[in-house]
Amino acid sequence: MSRYARSPIALVVYAAAAALSVPAQAQQASPGPVKLGIVSFLTGPAASPFGIPGRNGAEIVIEALNSGKAPAPFNQVGLGGAKIEAKYVDEAGTVANVVTEYRNLVQRDQVDAVVGYVSSGSCLAVAPVAEELKTLTVFYDCGTPRIFEEKPRSYVFRVSPHATMDSIGAARYLLAKKKNLTSFSGINQNYAWGQDSWRDFLGAMKVLAPNATPDKVLFPKLFAGEYGAEISTLLTSKSQALHTSFYDGDLESFVYQEQARGLDKRMTMIMTTGEAAIWRLRDKLPDGTIIGGRGANGPLARNSDISKWFQKIYTDRYNTPPTYPAYQMAQSLLGLKLAYEKAAQGGAKPNAEAIAAAFKGIEFEGPAGRVKMALGDGHQGITETAYGTYRFNKQKKEPEIVDIIRYPAECVNPPPGVEADKWIAEGMKGAKCN
Amino acid sequence: MLLTLFAILTDGLVYAAYLFIVAIGLTLIFGVMKILNVTHGSFYAFGAYAAATAVGIYANSDLPAALGFLFMVGLAMAVGMVMGLVLERGILRLVYGRDEVIVVLVTYAVFLILEDVIVLIWGPRSYAAYQPMVAAGNTEIGDLVLSNYDLILVAIAGGLAAITYWALKFTRYGRLLATVIFDRETAAAFGINVTLVYTVTFIIGAVLGAAAGAIMAPKIAITLGIGVEVIVLAFAVVAIGGMGSIEGALIGALIVGICRAAAVHLFPQIELFVIYGVMALVLIVRPYGLFVRAQPRKI
Repeated sequence: MSRYARSPIALVVYAAAAALSVPAQAQQASPGPVKLGIVSFLTGPAASPFGIPGRNGAEIVIEALNSGKAPAPFNQVGLGGAKIEAKYVDEAGTVANVVTEYRNLVQRDQVDAVVGYVSSGSCLAVAPVAEELKTLTVFYDCGTPRIFEEKPRSYVFRVSPHATMDSIGAARYLLAKKKNLTSFSGINQNYAWGQDSWRDFLGAMKVLAPNATPDKVLFPKLFAGEYGAEISTLLTSKSQALHTSFYDGDLESFVYQEQARGLDKRMTMIMTTGEAAIWRLRDKLPDGTIIGGRGANGPLARNSDISKWFQKIYTDRYNTPPTYPAYQMAQSLLGLKLAYEKAAQGGAKPNAEAIAAAFKGIEFEGPAGRVKMALGDGHQGITETAYGTYRFNKQKKEPEIVDIIRYPAECVNPPPGVEADKWIAEGMKGAKCN
Repeated sequence: MLLTLFAILTDGLVYAAYLFIVAIGLTLIFGVMKILNVTHGSFYAFGAYAAATAVGIYANSDLPAALGFLFMVGLAMAVGMVMGLVLERGILRLVYGRDEVIVVLVTYAVFLILEDVIVLIWGPRSYAAYQPMVAAGNTEIGDLVLSNYDLILVAIAGGLAAITYWALKFTRYGRLLATVIFDRETAAAFGINVTLVYTVTFIIGAVLGAAAGAIMAPKIAITLGIGVEVIVLAFAVVAIGGMGSIEGALIGALIVGICRAAAVHLFPQIELFVIYGVMALVLIVRPYGLFVRAQPRKI
């Protein structure tokens, strides 16, 4: 050591350096932020009904988690004490664009996990890339059962149940309300979602009501907007019920056009995603319509503390009640939080492998009920579902869903290891409905 | 069977009316200016959003429903007029004379920008303007219930076709347009102010596009992306009839409308295929469409 090292000046410098180093060490000890990519439709036709409620659900839940104000067991700040930094990305565009944006999130923005995706096409395209990049990815809204049926996944999870549950629940509710049904029709969009929804509904009807026959089976183009010919066809049919998985502008346009021609007075309509539209359609949605919400979401949710909490914080912020995409986003984030904190038991920031291992097969109570990650080797969630009958309360001037029937998760979802369409075709063996 | 045939005819006419109303402005602009105007979808969307805004304003008044409908269409046409003027004078005149592909790309770029402008003005939520359709009521014919608003739509399309025919054949401006359509340079040599004709034509096309949006608004959910669907259908109709031909747009709309309605009633599996199948068949036989003759290339 030189003589300058022992000089008074050097001692002052050492002291100052030591003083400055204390906060630096303290900063290293506290966990850095957890970066999440949140992907949803922010523009385009799917933004209004799904993308924006999903994004809003993420924003409000992340704020609550970061402030440590979420109810137990979600009341630890952020994820395991680390604040969440969210980057919101638009899902609009081609599938190639969606994959590019995913790669940007992982490779450029270095996010720790991605939560998102509404379109089944996006999910099918992103899943193999997530596996390639070894990045924890939680799909929040897309419904295709193929994600985990086609091949096992290591880094991909989906807390929300897949779409098979919606169709089976719809068939069960319809037959509970119309025991003497002899004929039914369907109008669904001509792409994977509409085709799969009708296939599962038809399959379930064949099992549950073999004497009821399908009459008109219509698949108009996605976002067609004009349904005059379809409504005429249905008006001339003898069907007592009409199944539709229409959503967004297609659902609303169809409702305006069929109301002008009185189709709802001829047959009961079953709308598997109708819950997302009730706050916009209000008194334009016919009383008596059977409404689903892709699970026990919105007015179909149980009156639990966590459900009431989520409804309150969402409604207070956005002046409208949350619809099912918001619930699905909330459930996805809360599932990720539990997995992250389970993996971070030692206090250090867990890696994707540790979080994935902790995520597999977990169970928790969310705003839309109890989630069991039971399918897809513990990567795919199941929940109970509920259907009800719509009416517009003229006194309160508010939409209501009444006469709600709940179906346990094991009643409307296939058992582990069984593909959904095969399970339906073979008579839904092992369904536990009581 | 008779009822099905009647349903095919009425549904076909209603769909044809919708197609003609959305396609007429597009084909007029192409006929005169030789511009394949992708921005037409934006005119339609802005017209529909303007109609929703008008309904919001009008719903608070006690005036008759028919006046509300006129207010919707009037406001949309005013929006279309401003948009047409700004786009033609501000952007398109800068690319006149350039390659046709460049002009199409410019209109496509403007279309994408205007999609975001819609989000800035009206936000991402959807709007409704169903009140005129509800006020119009319906008519029962056997098992079939027809919306009176659909019948009004057919009448509007018929009126629009008649007015356009009269304006092009029997007015001074129509004859000027015919001259410019025949040969722009010769028209200019004869002293016709081609620049002014272009501007006026583009504004009329934009007004027609916006009016189409307002007329369709009561039937649809006014949401992001409605212009995209319309522009694809309008292109198909215009291609069948012949680019730039008003009669072609009318006949093209009728062919597509009736074929689609027949498919929905009789063979619903091929409904999606029919529109583009008809277009492909027509273009195989007549590559320039039904009402446009093949023209020798100028050197």
